[in-house]
Amino acid sequence: MHRAGFRMSARPVLRGGLRLESHKARPLEHSVQLLPAPSIAVLALDQGSGEEARAVVTPGTRVRVGTRVAAGIGAAADLHSPVSGEVRAVELRPTASGQGTCIVVASDGRDEREPGLAPLNWSTLDGAALLEALAGGGLAGFGGAAFPTAGKLALARVAGVELLLLNGAECEPWICCDDALLRERASDVVLGTRVMLAACGATRATIALEDDKPEARAALEAALAAAGDARLAIVVLPAVFPLGAEGLLIAAVTGREVPTGALPPEVGVVCQNVGTAAAVARYVSAGMPALTRLVTVTGSGVRRPANLEARIGTPVAELVAACGGYGDTPPAARLIAGGSLTGRALATDAVPVTKGLNCVLVATAADLPWREAQVPCIRCGDCAAVCPVALLPQQLHRAARADDLAGLARFGLTDCIECGCCDYVCPSAIPLTAGFRAARERQQLHEAERRRAVETKARYERHRRRQGEQAEAERRAFEAARRRAQSDGAGRA
Amino acid sequence: MEFPTSASPQVIAGYTVPRVMFQVLLALAPVLAVQVYLYGPGPLWLVAVACVTALASEALALALRRRPSQAALRDGSVLVTAVLLALAVPPLLPWWLLVFGTAFAVLIGKHAYGGLGQNPFNPAMVGYAVLLVSFPLEMTRWPVPGPEWDALTGATALDALRTGLRQGYTMQEVRAGAEFGRLGAAGSEWVNLAALAGGAYLLGRRIIRWQIPVAMLAGLAVPAALAHGLDPGAHAGATFHLASGATMLGAFFIATDPVSAATSDRGRLLYGAGIGLVTWIIRSWGGYPDGVAFAVLLMNLAVPLLDRVTVPRIHGHP
Amino acid sequence: MNAATLLPAVGVAAGLAVVLGAALGWLATRLRADPDSLVERLDALLPQTQCGQCRYPGCRPYAVAIASGEAGTDRCPPGGEATARALATLLGREPRPVDPRYGETRPPQVAVIDEARCIGCALCLPACPVDAIVGAPRFVHTVIEAQCTGCELCLPPCPVDCIALLPSPGEAYRACTAPASA
Repeated sequence: MHRAGFRMSARPVLRGGLRLESHKARPLEHSVQLLPAPSIAVLALDQGSGEEARAVVTPGTRVRVGTRVAAGIGAAADLHSPVSGEVRAVELRPTASGQGTCIVVASDGRDEREPGLAPLNWSTLDGAALLEALAGGGLAGFGGAAFPTAGKLALARVAGVELLLLNGAECEPWICCDDALLRERASDVVLGTRVMLAACGATRATIALEDDKPEARAALEAALAAAGDARLAIVVLPAVFPLGAEGLLIAAVTGREVPTGALPPEVGVVCQNVGTAAAVARYVSAGMPALTRLVTVTGSGVRRPANLEARIGTPVAELVAACGGYGDTPPAARLIAGGSLTGRALATDAVPVTKGLNCVLVATAADLPWREAQVPCIRCGDCAAVCPVALLPQQLHRAARADDLAGLARFGLTDCIECGCCDYVCPSAIPLTAGFRAARERQQLHEAERRRAVETKARYERHRRRQGEQAEAERRAFEAARRRAQSDGAGRA
Repeated sequence: MEFPTSASPQVIAGYTVPRVMFQVLLALAPVLAVQVYLYGPGPLWLVAVACVTALASEALALALRRRPSQAALRDGSVLVTAVLLALAVPPLLPWWLLVFGTAFAVLIGKHAYGGLGQNPFNPAMVGYAVLLVSFPLEMTRWPVPGPEWDALTGATALDALRTGLRQGYTMQEVRAGAEFGRLGAAGSEWVNLAALAGGAYLLGRRIIRWQIPVAMLAGLAVPAALAHGLDPGAHAGATFHLASGATMLGAFFIATDPVSAATSDRGRLLYGAGIGLVTWIIRSWGGYPDGVAFAVLLMNLAVPLLDRVTVPRIHGHP
Repeated sequence: MNAATLLPAVGVAAGLAVVLGAALGWLATRLRADPDSLVERLDALLPQTQCGQCRYPGCRPYAVAIASGEAGTDRCPPGGEATARALATLLGREPRPVDPRYGETRPPQVAVIDEARCIGCALCLPACPVDAIVGAPRFVHTVIEAQCTGCELCLPPCPVDCIALLPSPGEAYRACTAPASA
C-alpha cells in the first residue's frame, strides 16, 4: 500500500521488511559530544542481556575508574566503575527492563584511574590467551543484547567460524550512533575488528553498512586503506528495516540462513556490532574496560538532538539535559530506550545508561503516529508480505487468541524476532507483536507445567508401587503370624 | 520525570480499513460510469438501493448481536459488498429483489458467521448466488445495448454462445449475433475494460496484490486458449472470455476480497487459478452462463485446505 | 418403468452397498486406534494432580475410563476448561464444560503445614499421592512446595486441621499473562 513513510522492500536482499522514513539527520549535524561524568553512577548488574552479574563490592567500598565492581557469569559480562568514588548502595533501582539490582556509586569528582590498567600487546598473543585477556574488559554486545564479547568469540573459535561480520546496519530510523561512530572513529572500528579476528580465528571480516550512510562509508574506506589488512572488506546493503537483526544480516551478506534454534557459528559466521569493535579497540589501546558508549538522544521532544558519549550508569535525565532538555511544545509523549519499532517505553528518566542502550528517543505524539481503535482482522495479508522471517502473523494472531499451542508451533512463533513490521502495516491496527510476546510467555509456562506434570506422574507411580509393596509386606506378615498362631494353638491343643 | 508506557512497536503506518474500502469504491466508479452510459440510470438507482439496504441490515445485525454499531458501520466494508452486488446484477433487476439479495448477503453471508473478518464466503457472491437460484429469469435478462435499449432485453453473449453452439450453429454464425461486440460481449466488454482500469489503479496503489487477479485471469485464459486451439468451433478463445461477463470485476474486486481468500502468496495463486479454471468449466459445460460467482464460492470452500498446504517456508527452517 | 430397467438399477445399488459396507468394516478392523496409545495420549493431557475428584484413584485410571467410554471428559476440575476441551478434541467429541458436581476449578494452589500446630502423627504422609510431605512419626511434617499439586487429599486425615491451601507462588505471574477473553 502506498503510505507516506514506507514502501515494501523491492530488492531481494531481504524478504519483506519496510523502507522507513529516516530521522537521523539532526543528531548527525554536530559531532559526538562528550558528556561529563555523572555525580551518581547507577550500574545495573543486568546490562541488557537478561542475566545479572555478581556484585563484588559492598556499600562503603572505594572504587576508581576501571575498578571491577561485578564479576561476569553466564550471559553477564564483568562490570567496572566509570567514576571514582564510594559505593553508596547495592539496591533495586528502575532500569530499562523495569527494575533491577544496581550498584550505586557516588563520584568524588576526581576521576582517578585504577592503577595497573595498561594497553594490551594483542598481536603477540595467541587466540586463547587473547580471549582470556579480553574477558577482563567487561566487553559486551553494544548493539543491544549485551552478551559478553569474549564468550561469544570463544564459542566462535570452538565452532571454527570463517567470517567475522560487523553489524553497522543500524536499520532503526531514529538511531544514528553507529553512523557517528563510523564517521569519527573508523580507525577504532578497524582496529577492533582486527583484534576480534585474531581472537575468534576467522579468516576474514566483513563490515556491513546500509546505503544511507555515505559519509560513514567514506571514513571506513579511508581507515581500511590506512590499515592495509586485506582480510577486511565492506558490504553496502539497502536501508531496509530490520536488516540489522543478526540472523537477517547474515542471510543478506552470506546467503546462509541460521537454522532455527541454532546460533550463527553453525553457519560459520560470528556477528558483532561496530560499537563493540570500537570498545575492544579502546581496551587494547589504553587498557580501559568498557566504560562509555555512544548514545543517540533524539526525537521532537528534545531541544537539541545529538549523539553523546556517555558513561555507563549516567541517568537518562542527564543525557536529555545535555541536549537542551525537554521541549515544551509539543510535549514529550514517550521516552523510549531504543528505536521507535523495537524500543522500550520507559516509565521514568532515572533509568541509567547501560552497555546495551543505543538511543534515547524523546518522542512527541507526532513522531509516533496515533493508533486507531482495533477493528477485526480483515485477512488482507499485508503482515505476511512484510514479515522478514516469512511467518504468517495473521495465522499466529488467530492461534494466539485461541490459545492453540499446536497452531502456534506450526506457524513458527519461536522464530518471531519481534521486529514490529506486521504491526506497522496492519490496517486494523491490531497489536500483533504484543500478542506474540504474551503467547510466547504462555507457551513457556505451559511447557513448564507439562514438565512438572511428567515429574508428578513419576512420583505418583513410585508412591503406588511403594504402597503396593507395603500392602504386600503387611499381608505376608499377617499370614505368617496367622500360621504361627495356628501352629501354636495346634501345639497347645 | 515520569512518562506513560506502551508496548513496542511504538509507531504504525496508520493506514486504516475505512481508507482501504474507500479506495475500492473509488476504483469501482469507472465500472458504474460505463454501466450508466450503456444501460441508463438504472445501475445508479440499484447502487443506492443496495447501499441503503446494506447499512440497514448491518445495523440490524449488530443490534441483534449486541455489538457496538458505530465503528463497524463506519468501516465501509458493507458498502463494498453492496456496490459489488449492485454492479454484478442485471441493471434492469427489480429493486425489491436487490433488497432481498443485499439483506441476505449482509445478514447471512457476513454476520451469521461473526461479522467482519469471519465470513468464509464472499458475501456479495452469496447474495448473487441466492438471487440467481431463486429468480433465474430476472437475473439473466440483460438489456442489449443499442439505440432502443429500453425496448430490447435478451440473453448475454455468453448465454447466446452456449445455446447457439448447442443448437448447432457454427462459431462464426454465433459470433455475428447482436450480443457480440469486437472483443467479447457487446456491452460487457466495456464494463470489463472499466473494471480492468479500476483494478490497475488498485494494484498501483497496492490496495490489492497481484497474485489473485493474475492467477485468475491466467486460470481462465489458458484453458480457454488451449480449448479454442484444439477445437475452435466449440470453444470461444481467451480474449472473449476475458472480455465477457464478470471476468475483470471478478478478478480485481470480487476474488480479491481478503477475508474469504487464501492467506499465503502461493495459496492465493492457487486460489485465483482455481477460480479462473472453474469459471471456464462452468461457462463451457455448466448450467449457468457466467461462472464467476459459483467459482468464487467453490474456491472459498477450498480456502482452509489451501491454507493448510501452502504455509511458506520460515526463515531458518529446512 | 418395468422390471427390465428396475432390476439392474436395484442390483447395482445393492451391490455397491455390499461392497462399500464390507470395505468399511474391514477398514474399521485394520485401522482401529491402539487403545493403549489412546490412554497414553489422554493421560498426557491430564494435569497429574492425582486428586481423585473425578472419582477415579488417580489420573491414569481416569484416562482408562475415558478411553473405554465409561467416563466423560468433563470430570477434571484441576485441569479446567482447557483440559476438558483438549480431551474432547482428541476424541473428536463435542467439548463439554467441567461438571461442577466433580469439584470447582480453582487456581493452582499448594498445601502448607502450620508447623506450630503439627503434632507429628504422620497420618498425612501416606495420603499424599506424590509423596510431597516430608516427615516421620513425632517429627514435624512439612510440604515440599515444588512437588505439591494442591490435590487436598492430605486435609481429611489431619486430626488437628493444621494444613492450609494457599495460592501457588507462580500464580500471580500466570494471572498476568492469562489470555484475554475473546
